[in-house]
Amino acid sequence: MRDKETFDTVITSHRGWFDVNIREIIRYRDLILMFVKRNFIANYKQTILGPAWAIVQPLLTTVVFTIVFGRIAHLPTDGVPPFLFYMCGNVAWGYFSGCLTQTATTFTANAGVMGKVYFPRLVMPISSVFSQLIQFGIQFLFLLFFLAYYSFLNNTPYITWGILYLPLLLLNMALLGLGCGVIISSLTTKYRDLTMLIGFGIHLWMYATPVVYTIDMIPEKWRALYLCNPMAITIELFRNMFFGTNTLTAANIAFCWGITLLITLGGILLFNRVEKTFMDTV
Amino acid sequence: MSNIAIKIENVSKEYCLGAIGGTTLRDEMHRLADKVFHRMPVNADYGKKFMALQNINLEVKKGERLGIIGHNGAGKSTLLKLLSRVTAPTTGSISYNGRISSMLEVGTGFHGELTGRENIYMNGAILGMTKREIDSKIDQIIDFAEMQQFIDTPVKRYSSGMYVKLAFAVAAHLDNEILIMDEVLAVGDMKFQQKCLGKMGDASAQDGKTILYVSHNMNTVRQLCERCVVMEHGKIIFDGNVDDAVDIYMGSISSEKSNHVELGRRQRPSYSTNKFQMQSVDVENKNCIVKADESELALTLNVLVAEKAQNMFVRFFIFDCARRIYVAITTAYIERIDYVGINHFRFKLDLTHLFPGVYSLRVLFSTGNMLSQLVYDDLEEVCRFERIYDLANINVNYKKNQHGYFNLGEATVETVQ
Repeated sequence: MRDKETFDTVITSHRGWFDVNIREIIRYRDLILMFVKRNFIANYKQTILGPAWAIVQPLLTTVVFTIVFGRIAHLPTDGVPPFLFYMCGNVAWGYFSGCLTQTATTFTANAGVMGKVYFPRLVMPISSVFSQLIQFGIQFLFLLFFLAYYSFLNNTPYITWGILYLPLLLLNMALLGLGCGVIISSLTTKYRDLTMLIGFGIHLWMYATPVVYTIDMIPEKWRALYLCNPMAITIELFRNMFFGTNTLTAANIAFCWGITLLITLGGILLFNRVEKTFMDTV
Repeated sequence: MSNIAIKIENVSKEYCLGAIGGTTLRDEMHRLADKVFHRMPVNADYGKKFMALQNINLEVKKGERLGIIGHNGAGKSTLLKLLSRVTAPTTGSISYNGRISSMLEVGTGFHGELTGRENIYMNGAILGMTKREIDSKIDQIIDFAEMQQFIDTPVKRYSSGMYVKLAFAVAAHLDNEILIMDEVLAVGDMKFQQKCLGKMGDASAQDGKTILYVSHNMNTVRQLCERCVVMEHGKIIFDGNVDDAVDIYMGSISSEKSNHVELGRRQRPSYSTNKFQMQSVDVENKNCIVKADESELALTLNVLVAEKAQNMFVRFFIFDCARRIYVAITTAYIERIDYVGINHFRFKLDLTHLFPGVYSLRVLFSTGNMLSQLVYDDLEEVCRFERIYDLANINVNYKKNQHGYFNLGEATVETVQ
């Protein structure tokens, strides 16, 4: 019996819901960095533009939105230059949806590696979030550039003290994307149907979020229901950092964090539950 | 501190047959409907269980080099998967001390676009090393892999040999206490294999690393391991010294000794002219055993002769179970064979000097001389036989792989003043 007590690690078939080993993940932090680096290099090797590609996608979408929703549909943008309005929405939404889609395929896309060697599986989604952060950083720099340009052009500073909230806002979006992503990835180990739904679902979610329109356009009586979408709150907060067009209350923000933490916690617990034997079913 | 590195207790692993694992939502609905309406599922195998491992108990001491052998499907890889925590056991527990690094595959996590150096970091990190650990070892790793020249080239440009070398070099330099390897040396060239085995032997002897090694290559198992388990159908059927384990493993492939073997339909090598075709063989020795007092293997080959022939000879190659050639015995020339049709040839092979063991016979019918040789028929595994006698009075502590395969009797000795 004494032998038993001296073993460092014991593997059994059972695992509680709350056996999340945070310390182990911290020990593998170098692996997180390596995955981030690998994603970055693998994405941009042998391309001429390199990381500049990160801005092509939001830039083009913004141009399209500006033409379709701004010039053709004449949707109001609260007096903000339409180009900036859409670009803000796109960059913020891009980060969230990137986090979501990349973490959602954690198990299925990495089954090869995970089938051969053990590391805390949460390392994968976490590194996805950081990979996306790099892309976001590049896009954000461009956004700042355009903000400065328009500020100069219109002689109004498009920036407020709200910018100080940015780190927390990013954390909020990352956690939300991660949480939803790991829930989906945990479920896709059994039900592949969900992978089909992700692309479509994200698209729908985007239209339920004030990316191409302002919150003001939602009828007052539906507003409370509309703001149950935590992304609506984060996107609005993101814009508010530059244009000070805030329509939200502290309660909205608290609610957003509550939902985010709930989803993240639930996602991690579910993920932890699945990671042990997912290789048998994936 | 106990000196047990790994303790496996009552471990079983169960898999479902049929498509249960990878279901889609639709299938799941179907199953639910079946359950609700008490219908029988369409596929009868649905939901049946398959035991990949059954009640495995195993203890491995610290610093031990354990070999695991067995046929495909015996459960070796499943066991290693459980140990390396890729998946969890259905019942039982596995306890171990220290970190385990597993190499179930060469170059896990290697990415073609990354350079050799970047992949060392990548692979090392996946195997559980920190960046600092890798920093301190990277020169050794590059040296070991013999890669100085190519280290900053993306690995997608590497040859498969280079790839393997690099991957192995990383794993070999891990500081983890337990090293698990599944048949990964098979891909390197001979020289590199030897280097790896040497490195692993050192790691175990000097640093007290525990090594679990799965392979189908018995030579490497013999060379590296000091203890060996044989698995079959998810159970451990033998646990003990390597030579015995290898014999049991080999025996379980080739234990079917038969006094009569049909040969007519066997595939012939392309160089054979097929002017003769061995149809069957009859071994006269009882149960194909060449006992101590017999020392001769007597057999009759029934051969379909399609064409008259002259100056034929027959050569018997004796192989051991691992298909290593031991020795060949050749007949004198048979001057003429005039009868076209089934011929019966009776042979006697003197096996006095062959050490005990199970052997198989390859038979070659050929004609010609030193300058030109024409093969009329050539078959491996024509029959199996076993040589048995008591070794006790000949050689103390005899081991085939150390003392050779032949018993040349006792040397005479006298003390000279």
